[in-house]
Amino acid sequence: MLRHEAMTDSPSRARTVQRARFGRSSVRRAWHHLAPRPVLLAASMLAVSVSAVPLVYLAVRTAEAGWPRVATALRTPGLLELTLRSLALTAVVTAGCLVIGVGTALLVVRTDLPARRFFAVVAALPLAIPTYVAGYAWVSLVDDFHGFAAAAVVLILCCSPYVYLPTAAALAGADPATEEAARALGRGPWATFVGVTLRQIRPAITAGALLVALYVLSDFGAVAILRVNTFTLAIFTSFNLGFDRTGALVLSSMLVLLTMAILVGELLARRTTTRYARVGSGARRPPERIALGYWRPVALAGLAAVALAALGVPAAALARWFSVGVSRPGSLTEIAAAMGNTLTFSAAGAALTMLLALPIGLLGARAPGPVAAVLDRVTYVSHALPGVVVGLSLVFFGINVAYPLYQTPWLLALAYAALFLPLGVGAVAGAAAQAPPGLEEAARSLGRGPLSVFRTVTVPLTLPGIGAGAALVFLTCMKELPATLLLRPTGADTLATELWTHTSVAAYAAAAPYAALLVLLAAIPTWLLAVRSGATGPAVIGGGS
Amino acid sequence: MTDLIVTGVHKHFRRRWRSGSSEHLRRRWRSGGREHSGRHGRDADGGSVHALAGVDLTVPSGLLVAVLGPSGCGKTTLLRCLAGFERIDEGSIRLGSRLVAGPGRHTPPHRRRFAIVPQEGALFPHLSVAGNVAYGLDRAARQRGRVDEVLELVGLAGYGRRMPHELSGGQQQRVAVARALAPRPEIILLDEPFSALDAHLRAELRRDIRQALQEDGATAILVTHDQEEALSLADQVAVMRDGRVVQQGTPTEVYRTPVDAWVGGFVGGAVLLPGVPSPAGVRTVLGDLALRGAPPSASALTVLLRPEQIVVGPPAPDAVPATVVARDFHGHDALLTLRLVDEAATVAARVLSAADPPSVGDRVGLRVTGPASAWPA
Repeated sequence: MLRHEAMTDSPSRARTVQRARFGRSSVRRAWHHLAPRPVLLAASMLAVSVSAVPLVYLAVRTAEAGWPRVATALRTPGLLELTLRSLALTAVVTAGCLVIGVGTALLVVRTDLPARRFFAVVAALPLAIPTYVAGYAWVSLVDDFHGFAAAAVVLILCCSPYVYLPTAAALAGADPATEEAARALGRGPWATFVGVTLRQIRPAITAGALLVALYVLSDFGAVAILRVNTFTLAIFTSFNLGFDRTGALVLSSMLVLLTMAILVGELLARRTTTRYARVGSGARRPPERIALGYWRPVALAGLAAVALAALGVPAAALARWFSVGVSRPGSLTEIAAAMGNTLTFSAAGAALTMLLALPIGLLGARAPGPVAAVLDRVTYVSHALPGVVVGLSLVFFGINVAYPLYQTPWLLALAYAALFLPLGVGAVAGAAAQAPPGLEEAARSLGRGPLSVFRTVTVPLTLPGIGAGAALVFLTCMKELPATLLLRPTGADTLATELWTHTSVAAYAAAAPYAALLVLLAAIPTWLLAVRSGATGPAVIGGGS
Repeated sequence: MTDLIVTGVHKHFRRRWRSGSSEHLRRRWRSGGREHSGRHGRDADGGSVHALAGVDLTVPSGLLVAVLGPSGCGKTTLLRCLAGFERIDEGSIRLGSRLVAGPGRHTPPHRRRFAIVPQEGALFPHLSVAGNVAYGLDRAARQRGRVDEVLELVGLAGYGRRMPHELSGGQQQRVAVARALAPRPEIILLDEPFSALDAHLRAELRRDIRQALQEDGATAILVTHDQEEALSLADQVAVMRDGRVVQQGTPTEVYRTPVDAWVGGFVGGAVLLPGVPSPAGVRTVLGDLALRGAPPSASALTVLLRPEQIVVGPPAPDAVPATVVARDFHGHDALLTLRLVDEAATVAARVLSAADPPSVGDRVGLRVTGPASAWPA
């Protein structure tokens, strides 16, 4: 049915109208206008409902628990402290990422820093290190590396690319002509930078900061390994230890509310700040670079120190422990088993995600409208949920509603699908754009029937994009930790859970092979990102956002 | 005789969701080509656009007919209805004796044999030039060498192995035309195929495409908003306005004898003047003018002259005195804006550069050559 929808554009729509016969049937027309692709629309709605299961079920369970129990859980001593600590960590890490990310972007794009192309790539690389791998690296190398400050350092180092990439892209893309105009109108260099340049890149910086804040709230790996009791860790602990799981539910709901508050706050902020579009279409020139002068060594040392901490420490930790870990008796079979599980679960997750993403992406590309836009937005809500919340909700869902699925890879696949659906939807929509309706129409006008057009035009053009999306989802599933911890079938360990288990008992050598494999896996999409955007030079960074 | 005959075709569109700025929407806009901007007649419920309001059009076999109209007049919708991408609400489309679309009948696009050449070529990016051209051919035709034949017709012999992205914009359009010609369709539909190209490239491509169409004996419809393109290229021009064809004829007919002042102004430069009937024809600020055909029976007339009908010379007793107020120089000719000395009126005149046109501020004398057209005001 999807195939049918995918292969014809207007003719299929026309066919529906045909049933209304000649003349006009306004009811049909009205319905047709609201739901241009009935089959596609129904499939999309189903897909969105599936992805919304965790959120909806969380709400249902919390409501079922009843107010008295919720109130008891809310009165738990330490809850306020927990909230404040989570928010403080979020604020500190976001501020740190802003300093490092914006600073690096400015140095790399707008100054005569030596080796800036090298730093342009290096600054993006921390994306390839999952936070729990970074946490493990620091813990295993530095004695007594625990607590709030430790977690803040690790998270800042890991998350700064979220700010750096969009900021650098905006800086590289900002039209130097506007700055020249400001200078020509009598503004000095500093006034120009603040009044023109910074204003142009502010939306990019804000977007990056939002990503960091959401990430810190939902991060589980680093805070668990570095033993900072934030919401995610508290949810996990309270679920694992407590007999009364209402506490975990209430904590989850509160975390969801915090996440929503940040999202809504950003939306409101965005409404008041205008968006800046480049006016005019002249060829872009590279912007004028600021001469650093005596400050060059200082800037260079700063960037090198950040790179050393973000990449050097994990590299050193892996180098130190790797050979010991791999040569440990029985480790290879263990690693192979974990690898097998990781591949199976991630394949199931990617398959389900893409299955759900297909109708939503096609609907958005071929029948855009208010309905398609809303469905697309809804998929992002689950994406913004912390993995531990999605995992927890689905544990309850499995036990109480879908028991046959509980302890099977499918429930885990559902968690992956809820978390990573937007990645798949984006890929499908992008792929559909590769086969615009105009091409299919031209093909039909040349005498090929709908099926033939689908086979010879639509499939060859969209398959690569959909495949790339599936691969991206697959790799992302492989790195996921908290939902996997909660939902994996008993005894089935993955690379991520093995690393976590070994690290939590300070078996650093045993953890090393898993850490190395995970970094390798995560490096692939980062590398693709860098390659696809053109590798080096400031323009590179453009694709990064 | 397999002339294409379009009679009384109507097409309504529901108003689509327009808010939001999503990129797909704009993409769809471009590719779908439905001309939403033109909302000529709206239905009583206010929610639908009457894009085609009774189109009549005849395309004689073997000719190139240009459908000319301003953007939003419904010409692209007409093309999409002919191709079968849109379903017509009323009227009929016939090819000779065959009913292609009409009451109770809608031949799907792939059975119509109406090949389309989209605005930006829309070549299949995954197929070579030869693969694109062969797309609509059956095996027998491929083996007969039809691919090379049409590639040669469009001036791209030997390009078969190139991929579309290796071609320039003009070459891509040539391939798109070759691809449409290859299966010898009944009709070739050209959707503003030259609009995305540079001016100098456009003229050359137009000539070549027209020649290729003629040599292959193809019947074609060219949709365009460019009057110069329509007049220079087509055997016949059909002028569209508000979802109707208001005039169809040879380029000369449409230019010389437009059915109304609007058509006259749309197909070329126009000097529109008020006038009253007189024994010689019509009296205007430029004197008594001869009329083409019988004068309309009305006491007030709108008179149309072409700028090249106004002859600019030195002031003379029998000429209308005027002052040059602006001069737009075009190289081969110049367009003068002239204010009459005795009347509060401004007219435009086209003079050849070789005739050494006067400068701004010069006093000149105007004469009119050739008959004028007039309609009731």
